[in-house]
Amino acid sequence: MKKSVFLGTLSAAALVAGIAGAATLDDVRSRGELICGVNVGLTGFGAPDANGNYQGFDVAICKAVAAAVLGDASKVKYVPTTGETRFTALASGEVDLLVRNSTWTFSRDNDLKFDFVAVNYYDGQGFMVKKDLGVSSAKELDGATVCIQTGTTTELNLADFFKANNMSYTPVTVADDSEGQRQYLAGACDAYTTDASGLAASRATMPDAESHIILPEIISKEPLGPLVRHGDNQWGDIVRWTYFALVAAEEYGVTSANIEEVATSTQNPEVKRLLGLEGDLGAMLGLDKEFSKRAIAAVGNYGEIFEANIGSATPIGLARGLNALWTQGGLQYAPPFR
Amino acid sequence: MSLVQDVPKDSFRLSMLVYDTRYRSITIQVIVLILFMLFLSWLVNNTIQNLAAKDRTFDFGFLGMRAGYDINQTLISYTNDSTHFRAAMIGLLNTLLSAVIGCAIATVLGVIVGVLRLSKNWLVSRLMTVYVEVFRNVPVLLWILLSATILSEATPTPADYRVTEAMIAAGEAPKASMLLDDSVAITTRGINIPAPLVERGLPRLELGPISINSNMLAFLIVLGASLYGWQMLRAHAKRVQEATGVRPTTWWKSLAIVVLPTLALLIAMGFHLEYPQLTRFNFNGGIELLHSFTALTVALSLYTAAFIAEIVRAGIMAISRGQSEAAAALGIRPGRTMSLVILPQALRVIVPPLISQYLNLTKNTSLAIAVSYMDLRGTLGGITLNQTGKELECMLLMMGIYLCISLTISALMNAFNRAVKLKER
Repeated sequence: MKKSVFLGTLSAAALVAGIAGAATLDDVRSRGELICGVNVGLTGFGAPDANGNYQGFDVAICKAVAAAVLGDASKVKYVPTTGETRFTALASGEVDLLVRNSTWTFSRDNDLKFDFVAVNYYDGQGFMVKKDLGVSSAKELDGATVCIQTGTTTELNLADFFKANNMSYTPVTVADDSEGQRQYLAGACDAYTTDASGLAASRATMPDAESHIILPEIISKEPLGPLVRHGDNQWGDIVRWTYFALVAAEEYGVTSANIEEVATSTQNPEVKRLLGLEGDLGAMLGLDKEFSKRAIAAVGNYGEIFEANIGSATPIGLARGLNALWTQGGLQYAPPFR
Repeated sequence: MSLVQDVPKDSFRLSMLVYDTRYRSITIQVIVLILFMLFLSWLVNNTIQNLAAKDRTFDFGFLGMRAGYDINQTLISYTNDSTHFRAAMIGLLNTLLSAVIGCAIATVLGVIVGVLRLSKNWLVSRLMTVYVEVFRNVPVLLWILLSATILSEATPTPADYRVTEAMIAAGEAPKASMLLDDSVAITTRGINIPAPLVERGLPRLELGPISINSNMLAFLIVLGASLYGWQMLRAHAKRVQEATGVRPTTWWKSLAIVVLPTLALLIAMGFHLEYPQLTRFNFNGGIELLHSFTALTVALSLYTAAFIAEIVRAGIMAISRGQSEAAAALGIRPGRTMSLVILPQALRVIVPPLISQYLNLTKNTSLAIAVSYMDLRGTLGGITLNQTGKELECMLLMMGIYLCISLTISALMNAFNRAVKLKER
């Protein structure tokens, strides 16, 4: 019996490990479909809409990559992943690309053997509490019960924060955002903690959003971004430069609405290179000239994606803040297309 | 001698390995063994190669590193500075706690329901049938989720217990109040009960990495000694009864032997109860039984008890009617017939399938993650696995631990089975 159990594990592990290949671009092309790991459901970032189609800030990157590589933003298969399953899904080759508000950390980059190709949202961990609790600062949470998603960096930040401030707390570990919300609303915990953007997204979906407040303290740095398996640099570069194309497009005022007009009228050599009218940048990635143009046309530039999914006009209502372009005092910056 | 020499001396040929029935079975076994070993080595080799291809290592060094996360139910001391190994042990103890209490409740409940289902009282037996059929035909995960939801949604929040000065001025009562003379509070998070404490406690026993609460140890030793003394008293009474036919009065002696030494120890140590107090956010002090633990244990117990009830019923029905008729003819009352005649014989039919139910319950505790109970799956197979990324190591370790627990339960129950089975001489 011992032997058979051991065998089963090994064979499962071996099977899983056997799938991961090197040339992701070829796999995606031959499949004719991009497999993208996304959140099980975080409104604004990655969640199915009323028709069951995935929409969101993270999902837009999947669509942009599909448009760049396959020429069709709809050729994406979304695999919902939880905080616990996401990295196994990517490492095992179940998904080609993971865009699931995942924090870029040293150990994930090096120990787990992933490559974070960019930061699409600069975030930090915050706390949400009910207004009638009368708490106005995270430093007043001594003795509180806190709901926390398992398998996340926030779990460790939380322990560090309370330790650094010499406070105690009781953790309630939940599997995903919806379970966290349920427990928090049922009163199983006093505070819910996750990335501040995630808190805003959760709060937007709550029936009585006004009776919950997000505390001012941001207790960690959470650079969230798309990631790919380590070792396939070409695929990593494709995702990275597709993302940079979206950021550069905002910087040069190229939107999904005016892209054709700009393409015919522009005299700016950088914009011409960005849109594939000059030079042959796409070939260096193993793609065609117009990969970035297709990506921008499909989902819009970074600013458009932000405003459409999580911006101030949406119920989530996040300000650009650190995620403004570098020209606007933010951190979003694309290296030159040349 | 001549006879032996008459046997034709057949020299061994290779074909005999296949055609000679004396060797054929050995040949087949050797081939199967070789194939099995080849398959095994292929699996191991494949795993090593794939790990190497992904530039991953296979080692258990992470167990000695700082865990960095907190756990809400710790039976032994633990902080986020403890190691991943310590966190795994916390999880293991939480798993065992739930499994042991679950098995105990399931057994008691299962036996009662199993017996009552055979009751001649129509209403009682039908009620038990409904219980058994409802519980064993719905997946246990749903029962766990249902009990967790009921416990957390139908209970008052800690804030409901608060009495503010404005409320006193207005003469309002708080929305919720504590039960049993202000000693028990049921909130959305858990059930807070008083904790036993001692004033003049003994120092803790430090045995290497293990630290033992010597107050508890002293209590158990004294209680054990008292119970042993009680057994001696009963044995003596029985001997007197057999010799003289008159059973001496023992109840006040029994009471004195069992109660007095423990009571004396508790008074000597300054025993008192610590009541839960409402603080800024939660009830502090006392013992908090988390709803995650209660929900998991209660749901698993009720679910498994339904199966045990059926096993008990089958065991009782396997005893021929003649046994109870014979007992009745001897003038034994129905209740005693059940406990002295039927159940002891039914046990040998009941125990083997009961082992499977205990194993099932223990393994089902790994569903704890559904209600955020930090069992072995939640610590070692959950947070540790995620934070270190050592999937293969954590999974193998976890499977090994569950295997050990299951084999231990099997061994213990098999020993019990040997003790109760029909002795054939």
